This record gives sequence, C-alpha cells and structure tokens, in this order.
Amino acid sequence: MLWQQIVSGLAMGSIYAIVAVGFILIYKATEVINFAQGDLMMVGAFIAFTCINYLQIPFLAALGITLAFMFFFGVVIERLVLRPLVGEPAFAMVMVTIGLGILIRSVAGMIWGYDTYQFQAGITDHPVRIASLAVSSVHIWIIGVTLTLITALYLFFSRTKMGISMEATSQNQLAAFLMGIGVKGTFSRIWAISAVVAAVGGILLTPIQFLNYNMGFIGLRAFPAAVLGGFGSIPGAIVGGIIIGVSENLAGVYLPEGFKDIFAWIILIAVLMIRPEGIFGIQERKRV
Amino acid sequence: MRFIMRKNYMQDIRLFKFKSTLAWYLLLIAVLLLAPLVVDTYSVSLMNLIGIYVIVALGLNLLTGYTGQISLGHAAFFAIGAYTSAILTGKFGVPFWMALPAAGVLAALVGVFVGLPALRLKGLYLAIATMGFAFIVEEIIVQWEGLTNGVNGINVVRPTLGPFNFTTDESYYYLVLFTVLLMIIILKNILRTSTGRAFIAIRDSEIAAESMGINLAIYKTAAFGISAFYAGIGGCLFAHFMLFIGPENFDFMVSISFLVMILLGGLGSVHGAVFGAIFIIALPEFISLSKDYLPSIIAEQAGLQAAVYGLILVLFIRFEPLGLYGRWLKIKFYFEHFPLYKKDTFRRVRKFYRTEKQ
Repeated sequence: MLWQQIVSGLAMGSIYAIVAVGFILIYKATEVINFAQGDLMMVGAFIAFTCINYLQIPFLAALGITLAFMFFFGVVIERLVLRPLVGEPAFAMVMVTIGLGILIRSVAGMIWGYDTYQFQAGITDHPVRIASLAVSSVHIWIIGVTLTLITALYLFFSRTKMGISMEATSQNQLAAFLMGIGVKGTFSRIWAISAVVAAVGGILLTPIQFLNYNMGFIGLRAFPAAVLGGFGSIPGAIVGGIIIGVSENLAGVYLPEGFKDIFAWIILIAVLMIRPEGIFGIQERKRV
Repeated sequence: MRFIMRKNYMQDIRLFKFKSTLAWYLLLIAVLLLAPLVVDTYSVSLMNLIGIYVIVALGLNLLTGYTGQISLGHAAFFAIGAYTSAILTGKFGVPFWMALPAAGVLAALVGVFVGLPALRLKGLYLAIATMGFAFIVEEIIVQWEGLTNGVNGINVVRPTLGPFNFTTDESYYYLVLFTVLLMIIILKNILRTSTGRAFIAIRDSEIAAESMGINLAIYKTAAFGISAFYAGIGGCLFAHFMLFIGPENFDFMVSISFLVMILLGGLGSVHGAVFGAIFIIALPEFISLSKDYLPSIIAEQAGLQAAVYGLILVLFIRFEPLGLYGRWLKIKFYFEHFPLYKKDTFRRVRKFYRTEKQ
C-alpha cells in the first residue's frame, strides 16, 4: 500500500517535473514566469487526442505531429506576444501569460467542448510485478519517459553547442549577444522547446487524469515543484517534482481529507520561509 | 495650454490640484446619489458590484500599483472579509456596524501575517507564495464545515443600521457608495503622507528606498495589511450584497480578475481602480448585448466571455500598459498641450535584463 502510493506519487511527480522544467527553461532564458505552461500541456494532449481518435493516425505519427505543432505554437506565442514586451516590468509579463492561459483555455473549450474525455495514448495499462509490488505499467512509462526527457534536456544544455549558447543567453544576455549568439532566435527556441516538453507532459498525464479543457490548472501545482528545486535548475525540477508528488500522495492517505489538494502549497510556503532559494538554488544578484 | 505656478511644496500633495476639480467631483457625487432614482434595479445592482470591486481594487492597487508587490491571492482576503462578517452577523448576532470593521481588521491581520514571509521574497516568489496562500484559504473554507458550512455556503442577510434598512438594492447602493467614498478619501490621504511616498519609493527601487532610511520590513507589511483591510471590507459588503456566499465565489480566477481590474484600469492610480472595476463589471454586459450582432457560431460559444477577457488582457498589456487611466491622461495631455503632443511623450522606459546569475 505504502509503496504503491509512492510509485503513483512518483508518476504524478514526474508530470510536475515536466511542467516545472517548462517553467524553468523559460524563466532562466527570458525571466518570464509562464503561467500558461499548464495550458500548453492541455493543448498538446488535445492535439494528440484529435490525431489519434478522430483522424485515426497511429500513435508514433500522431506524437510526431503533436510535437511539431507544439514547436510552432511555442514559436508563434513568443513572436506575437512575448517578444514585443521584452524589457517590460515583471508584473506585465506575469499578467500577459495569465491572459494567454485564459485565452488558450477558452479557445480550447470552444474547439473541443467542455466534456471530459478518457484517452490512453499508446500506453496500455496492465499491472507489472516488481518483487512483491504490483505497479501499473502507465506509471512506469511516465517515470521512464520523464527521466529520459530530463536527462536529454540536461545533456542538450550542457553538451551541444546550441544548448550552451542558450545557457549563455540565460546567464548574460548582453555578453551572449556580443559573442555572436542570436538572442531573439534563442528566445524563440526556448519557447518552442518548452511547448514541446509541455506536450509530452500532457500526453503522459492523460492516462492517469482525464482529458479536459481545464486540466491546465494541474500545471499550477508544478510551481511548488519548481520553487522547491530552486527556480532555474533542471535536475532541481525532477527532485522537486518527485518530492511534491510523493508527499502529496502520502498526505492523501495519512492526513485528514483536504490535505492532498493543498499539501503542495503548504510545502511551498514552508520552503519559501526556510530556504527561499530552494534545494539547487542559484544566487541571484541585481546590479543597481 | 495651462500653466501651473508652484509656490510651495504643499501644492504638490493637495487632494485637489484645482478648485474646479473639486467642483467636478462634487457634481459626480451628486449624479451618483441621484442615479438610483433614474436607472432600473438591475443597473443599480451592477453599480453595487462595481462599488464593491472598486474597494478591493483600491487596496490591491496600493499593494501592486504603488508598492510594487504582486499578490495573486487577494481572493483569500476577500473571502476572509466575507466569511468573517457572514459568521459574525449570522451565528453570533453581532450588529453589522461592528462586523464590517471586524471583517476588515481580521483580513488585515492575516495580511500582515502573509506579508511577513514577503519580506524575504521578491517578484515571482511573492506571487507564487500568495497564490499558494489563496489555495490554502479556499481549502480551509471547504473543509471547516462547522464554521463555514463547507461547499454548501452560508446565507447572509442584508444589514440594518439603526433606523436605516438596507434590504433593497437601491438602499444598499447608498451604503456601498458611502463606503467607497470613505475608502477613496482614506487611500488618497495615505498616499499624501510620508508612508505613501515610502510605498512608491519601494516600488521604484527597494535598494534606493532602503538607503533613504525606509524600513522595508515595516512598510511592506503595512502595505499588505492595508491592502488586505480593503479587500476584507469589500468582501464583507460583497457577502451582504449577494445574500449567499460559498467557496466558489473566491477561487483563483477571482484573484486574477482583481489583478486584471487594476491592470486594465491603470496601475498606481485611484482612478485606475475605479475604471477597472467599471470595465470588469460592464464587460459581460457588453458581450451579452453584442451577441445579437455576432455570427451565431461565435455568439453561442459558452467560453466567449473568457476568451474576450483573455484577449483584452493580452492586448492591453501589449498596446496600453498604462490602462484606461493612462489613455485618459494621454487624451487630456493632448488637449492641454494642443500642438505639442508627440507620440514619444508617453513612451515607456524599458528596463533590459539586469539580473546577474552565478
């Protein structure tokens, strides 16, 4: 029972980690907190759902179409909404992503309706025995894909030339610009990668949660994960996500009713009071 | 063009710059006092809601517009005010004239408590922390059934004050109008004092403010407290106006709509709070009116209102970040300085990326 809860917590935590990575990538590069990340996740899941259920496209092709669509969706959002606002105060940036989230959510509601769909994209659910523990194959898939994805992102940002140039942009825009890195292009790519990551999260989430135009609100609970890991660290996101996911699930079992939904926020406030920079926090200084 | 000769410093902090301004405001108040006699009951109930939202927007504007602290959890203070008054008047039989300030004071105390961690947090962390706080308060309301009646909500009655009875929307309107005017005058006066200038200094640069001898801890908590007090008063009036409150009246989107109000109205101005509240209440009415003229495929969408809401928010930030009040100032400036208006007069100063990471 305990271990089962921990495994399903790990799965949910992996989803949080994926959404949190989306926040972190965008925040690191552009200092924007993307409140629409959860809604990007929802759009990704719905695109995959449409491809598979209505257009009868096989799973892998549908996945490719979804990721390609989300890539361009991210680029378009950055180009149309965020780029004209570079240099505006943080408050305007927060509000513009909130507005974007509301817009995406309501347009998705118009396109796909307000019903709740059940949708299992390519992942079949059957119990897998590990030692004495029966684990759902869905959970194993989610954890495995998340770990692979985050490792890939980590390697991308530390090993490839494009990744390092993005990392450089996030550390010091002006210096990166002077070194010949295209800062505008980097911003576009970061949004594209974030949208793609969100779509993967959405597709992974649908087997354990229902598909609904409102499912973007789950993305809000990835904020505690991102803060716990230290806003700005990719490995931190997975650690934060897993801690939040597991403790939330355990709170659902061992604590009175109601704690499950807010446990992430309780952890968040505790972390902010004790160690605001999170586990893998980076020191930030502002030059006056 | 109008030329202003400044003779002393007090001129800059007068409540009314010109005598004519005072006259215009008195005229406006007279019109507002007579309004319920002319318009129908539905419009009066909308004006009640506008008044209630104006109070919340004033408080939030003090915190976000003047002090520069983002709160994504103002619905929580609103809820605390509403529930305090509903429980005090309903369960304990406390008269309304005591419950109203009690609602504000309790919200303010909670605001100070939330403001304390805010001392260590900046920008995005503060926004996320207040958001978490709002989720926790919402869940407490749902779970603490003995006190709040959980998801079933509480019935509230319209208040009476001595010989006055506020049961109809028209009579309640005068109560709301009086409170709004009182809250505006209080806020205007706070902003004139050194406290108000300290808030503005903190918004413009925390480090500069601190080096001028402003105690960040005291002033930031004070801003949270005052702002929560306003939200609490607004919540109390909201509860007694709606006659029924439940947890769904205070969800995350309510916090967002408060922020949208001050953003669309104009950050850091009292006029902005008023314009924003009017805009937010009038928007659904306009949308339902315009449905007759739209093609049916768009008009019949259930999510139309939310879509317009999100779109307006994005467009405002993109094209008119100063909000409706900013637009009003620009138009006024254009006529006051008639041939001299240039497009760049109001150009935004952008601050490019200056955070250093290690």
